[in-house]
Amino acid sequence: MNPQLLLAIPLLPLAAAIIAGLAGKLIGRTGAALITIAGVAAACVLSVQVLWALLHGAPPWNAPVYTWLVSDNVSMQVGFLVDRLTALMMVVVTFVSLCVHVYTMGYMRDDPGYQRFFAYISLFTFSMLMLVMANNFMQLFFGWEAVGVVSYLLIGFWYTRPSAIFANLKAFLVNRVGDFGFLLGIAGVLYYTGSLDYQTAFSWAPGIAARTMTILPGHAWSAMTVICICLFIGAMGKSAQVPLHVWLPDSMEGPTPISALIHAATMVTAGIFMVARMSPLFEYSDTALSFVMVIGATTALFMGFLGIINNDIKRVVAYSTLSQLGYMTVALGVSAYSVAIFHLMTHAFFKALLFLTAGAVIVAMHHEQDMRKMGGLRHRMPLTYWTSVIGALALIGTPFFSGFYSKDALIEAVGESHRYGASYAYFCVVAGVFVTAFYTFRMIFMTFHGEERLDHHAKEHFHDVGWDMKGPLVALAIPSLLIGFFTIEPVLFNGYFGSAIRVLERNDVVAEIGREFHGAANFALHSVLSLPLYLAIAGVVSAWYLVLKRPALATSIQQRFSWLYRLLDNKYYFDWFNENVLARSSRALGYGLWRGGDQAIIDGVLVNGSAGAVGWFAGVARALQSGFLYSYAFWMIVGLVMLLGWFLVRL
Amino acid sequence: MINPALNESTLTLASLAPAITEIALATGICAVLMFDVFAGRTWRYLTHGLTLVVLAICAWLTLSVGAVATRTVLFDGLYVADKLGVFLKLAALMATALCLFYSQHYLDRRRIHGGEYDILAMTALLGISVLISANNLLTVYLGVELLSLSLYALVAFDRDSGIAAEAAIKYFVLGAIASGALLYGMSMLYGLTGTLSLDKLALVSASHGAGFVIAVAFIVVAVAFKFGAVPFHMWVPDVYHGAPSSVALLIATAPKLASFALVMRLLVYGLGADPVLWVQMLTALAVLSLLLGNILAIAQTNIRRMLAYSAIANVGFILLGFVTADTAGYRAALSYTLVYVLTTLGSFGVLLLAARSDGEADELDDFKGLGTRDPLLALLMLGLMLSTAGVPPLVGFWAKLWIIQALLHTHHLGLAILAVLVSVIGAYYYLRVIWYMYFDAGREQTPIPRQAGTRLALGLNTLAVLALGLLPNVLLSLCERLIGAP
Repeated sequence: MNPQLLLAIPLLPLAAAIIAGLAGKLIGRTGAALITIAGVAAACVLSVQVLWALLHGAPPWNAPVYTWLVSDNVSMQVGFLVDRLTALMMVVVTFVSLCVHVYTMGYMRDDPGYQRFFAYISLFTFSMLMLVMANNFMQLFFGWEAVGVVSYLLIGFWYTRPSAIFANLKAFLVNRVGDFGFLLGIAGVLYYTGSLDYQTAFSWAPGIAARTMTILPGHAWSAMTVICICLFIGAMGKSAQVPLHVWLPDSMEGPTPISALIHAATMVTAGIFMVARMSPLFEYSDTALSFVMVIGATTALFMGFLGIINNDIKRVVAYSTLSQLGYMTVALGVSAYSVAIFHLMTHAFFKALLFLTAGAVIVAMHHEQDMRKMGGLRHRMPLTYWTSVIGALALIGTPFFSGFYSKDALIEAVGESHRYGASYAYFCVVAGVFVTAFYTFRMIFMTFHGEERLDHHAKEHFHDVGWDMKGPLVALAIPSLLIGFFTIEPVLFNGYFGSAIRVLERNDVVAEIGREFHGAANFALHSVLSLPLYLAIAGVVSAWYLVLKRPALATSIQQRFSWLYRLLDNKYYFDWFNENVLARSSRALGYGLWRGGDQAIIDGVLVNGSAGAVGWFAGVARALQSGFLYSYAFWMIVGLVMLLGWFLVRL
Repeated sequence: MINPALNESTLTLASLAPAITEIALATGICAVLMFDVFAGRTWRYLTHGLTLVVLAICAWLTLSVGAVATRTVLFDGLYVADKLGVFLKLAALMATALCLFYSQHYLDRRRIHGGEYDILAMTALLGISVLISANNLLTVYLGVELLSLSLYALVAFDRDSGIAAEAAIKYFVLGAIASGALLYGMSMLYGLTGTLSLDKLALVSASHGAGFVIAVAFIVVAVAFKFGAVPFHMWVPDVYHGAPSSVALLIATAPKLASFALVMRLLVYGLGADPVLWVQMLTALAVLSLLLGNILAIAQTNIRRMLAYSAIANVGFILLGFVTADTAGYRAALSYTLVYVLTTLGSFGVLLLAARSDGEADELDDFKGLGTRDPLLALLMLGLMLSTAGVPPLVGFWAKLWIIQALLHTHHLGLAILAVLVSVIGAYYYLRVIWYMYFDAGREQTPIPRQAGTRLALGLNTLAVLALGLLPNVLLSLCERLIGAP
């Protein structure tokens, strides 16, 4: 590995983004597509090469490449830490990004913002690579904010729709809350270690853990707990954990390729990656990890419920993403960082696949997203059907599929943990399996099975998608199917991550599972004896029964438990609470501060008052400059006498 | 018979090399004077060009012949040449040349461009040079008087203007008082120490007797008058306003370098053994200048008067650099002086170019709508005003920053806070000019003369303000080379 190569990986997509963005008119639609695809493809190939080198014994790369500024001995640098954790993320990001780039050519074919879209997604790839390759908190924060900005731009890509503008503003504001915590966490690290560099900060971890800080008088807090919880609040914003999850479902206002790339496969997993990267810090705070686990478990189960009642195909997948992010967070909370990253990787493939199949359906249906108007599509678009079934089976954890390996390992790891709150988390993740299976297959059945409920317009204009969109589906279906089987053993149990992830011995639940692990096939067969498999089957069967066999029953349940339905339909009233309590009271506070603080005190007294006082004084002092020579001379003499008098008196 | 004790100071031609600037300048003045007298009406217009040539030759000789590596003393200790002196002289030469260049058109349009103008400017410059190289109280006095007398005459140069005559007489009378104070202080010093040599004064450890206090107070009064620090500033607004703009430009720029040299030679070097007394006096003057200069500038409607009060406020900043009484502070004061001279050259240059042929364009109202009337000139003025207000990345920001840093390093927290606060007040009236230029419609519609050469020079001048702001290390390392460790 050399720094030029590493620099090229993020900079190629950036260059492509700049060209497509600024010279989009010049190079035309095809030009913009080709140049960005070439950029990200090159980055993908180079990433694979980096991973390959690391797998074959190359040492991790950790060095600064550019010093931006040094202030008070804190140096702010661009630098890369490329170990196996980073390399894995780089490959996942660039591969999914490449698939999405290709898919976009078909999906956005008729959109006037074609070049702009390509520029954005390439810019996103650059930002995400900067985030995962960082070797210091400054660059991490840069990447963190940069992906946030691109996400904002893309959610509001169709900026003439009020709903899109509402959604991107919402995403922006909610992420601000998370970023505030994140920034506090970084500040905490800087405060205790005096450095923004990962390695320095990590080497200080035991020292920080021994210290306490007082936030409220009389309560001493472990410094590490405070730092880790602050950092995790950042992750909650980016990775959409309760209660900062509210922006993710609304982000579906963006074009579907973006939902696949940013709001499912990569950006939203930045929080998971960050916590895994910070494992040397989190390991020293059981309290913070318990907090992480409880938040994750709550997200995993309760967001899954919301998927059950939704009829918008993209939103179902979005709630599924929320729930799966919750799973990963739970894994982080039980110190099974490697399992979280493993699930992140498999999830990236199958969730991107599910989104892209959903996108294919939406395009075929002429931008109709309501599943109640679909049905029976498996005959009209067989390839999309089969690939989405692969994605669904992976998602619900069917043995031998990729999702099975990561999710089962995850559930077992939670079961092994004895951390405070682990039993609650275990209940949530196991119950979540049923919920996941139910909503996933409800979606499959409603979309692809049963009778066709297409309206006249959709029927007339229906057309299956082209190979530019089908190709990426196949490219993603293969890893969705296979990658778990081939990688579980090396990634989880053979010390793949090495020193990239640090787990204290007493917390090492993955090693516990490792003792029971006898090969991937065995692991799958073993699942016959475990509860999750039966829960998944039960989920699929109930979905089949309620959607295809007895649809009337679903309606009657809905009426019988109308309070529950209303609760879910209103998404647990999070939005209501945010809009009517938080937003309204902050607006009232802001209005009060504006009127009272800004207009009355600052503008009125301080600004206009001081300006008035200065003006008045100027008017008076002006009179001294009378224009008469004798007065000038007089003032000179006065000055001299004052100087003389003052210093002679003091003698 | 030659006294062996005098051997060292025996004059040979080579030993005069460090004084080449003054020698060349004095020769040049005589030559130009002769030319002007005998050229007659037909050729007199060449005087101006000849003056610029003389200044260029002086600069070249200063660099090639006059440059000294170490501190060199000439003429029995009356005269000193060092790196700081050489640089200040070069700066003064350039500033004067630019002043004359900017003024040419202005004077021609008013038909007051006689050869005497150039000659008086050169004698003023000679005074500045002498002052810069002064190493004896008498040399100091000689330089001050030579400079002052030339400036008195220049202020009254437009002899048909009543307001100019009034300004000149005020300047002259007050200047006489200041000269008297200077002489009185010097004689007190001589009486106390028995020497006029700054070298020897520097070695005399000062006593705190009443006589010494009186001597220092009188000398500080004279220094403050030359600088235009409150309360010895009264002449500044009247002269800036009353004199022709071109003379105001001259007074506002090169003599500031001389004033800086005066403080460096007389106070920092000559009275450097015990700085406490004059530091405290300068502190009082600096605080008063900062406050009064900035606040009164707000109340002005005439841009020349505004610039006069701005000059007073800026002098306050320069004095703050001396207040620290350490090398970093002197360096900061030097860079502030240089930056101030550079910026003022530009802003007065714009003023000269914008002046109407029948009068001045010096009311603030005259600047209304300049942004549409003459975008280039407005842009230059924008840069210069922002720099004076201390907005990064222009060099004015760094000049202020270094002064404040020097204050903080010497634990003058209160003064640093004051400096920041008055900068905020100062920003108001600089920004007001910009407001008038760009956001107010003007009544004045007459186009401003083309004058491509002047515009080019003004453009380069403003560009230097920007470039030095982007590369502040150039200025910083220059000042570090010029003012070494004490």
